[in-house]
Amino acid sequence: MDSVASDRSGAGQALDVRSVKILVAGGFGVGKTTMIGSISEITPMRTEEALTAIGHDVDDLSGVETKTTTTVALDFGRITIDPTIILYLFGTPGQERYWFMWDELSSGAIGAVVLADTRRLESCFSALDFVEQRALPFVVAVNCFHGTQQYTVAEVRQALDLDPAVPIVLCDARRKDSTKQVLVGLVQHAIVRRATHPVR
Amino acid sequence: MTAYGEHWYDEDAGPLVRPYALTHGRTRATALGLDLVTLVVSVPTYGDVSMLPPEAALILDLCVRPLSVVELSARLRLPVVVVKVLLGDLIDSGLVLMSEPADTSFDYDSDILQAVLDGLRSL
Repeated sequence: MDSVASDRSGAGQALDVRSVKILVAGGFGVGKTTMIGSISEITPMRTEEALTAIGHDVDDLSGVETKTTTTVALDFGRITIDPTIILYLFGTPGQERYWFMWDELSSGAIGAVVLADTRRLESCFSALDFVEQRALPFVVAVNCFHGTQQYTVAEVRQALDLDPAVPIVLCDARRKDSTKQVLVGLVQHAIVRRATHPVR
Repeated sequence: MTAYGEHWYDEDAGPLVRPYALTHGRTRATALGLDLVTLVVSVPTYGDVSMLPPEAALILDLCVRPLSVVELSARLRLPVVVVKVLLGDLIDSGLVLMSEPADTSFDYDSDILQAVLDGLRSL
């Protein structure tokens, strides 16, 4: 902890530790929080956000009396990568109508895991649309915890009409090793994409 | 009609002190660029906190190690915007240090991505 707050001189001083984030997206009940919990060093936490139903600036509650407010739960976990980097994993709100809050979540994210369940593949379509629109690096992780993986990776790729460059991995969201492989695949993909698609 | 002396509220009414009462009605922190994953840590020698609101004193206690805004929100059971306002005051007072906002630009250099990759592999 010596690296933290070594200079205590006061306001505006920056810490020698930084945070990064990865999103775990997918339809309701596909296992997002399970995946986060399998690898997080803390039990996944939940914060409930009061949101305005219109507008994109989720912090702006001024004039709130004229807007519809709602709350949306956000689950997240944490992994200490090294003494200077902390990785946060965010499960994105399952309900599509809350996805406008992804603006703050997706801004600056390393990338996203789109978690899919082949029994109802369509439930991840909206998440795919979102990450593709935002040009977020992403991998598709097919959760096979039911042991009923009926489709090959090639079939999933075809069904989702995915760019050949997007990795698809089969996973068991309950298992740490499996989740780790998914995240490693995502960061590798983000590194490659960064090299081939320079930051705008 | 509620009889005199009868409780007119119950738990369903929510907290008696509304979250934004803690912030004196403010819904924006000072222009610090705090986001969900900004890390904050309390300055170790913050001294007498008796003049601070209880929630602010609690933040100082919780942040002896770096915590993110969103973790504080979850632990304090307060909305993120409220935590941001409280933190803004503490940072302005020099009681809390914050990390560089990570969200302002997609500026991860490859060193950070590589460090994340190495860290994940070694889990």
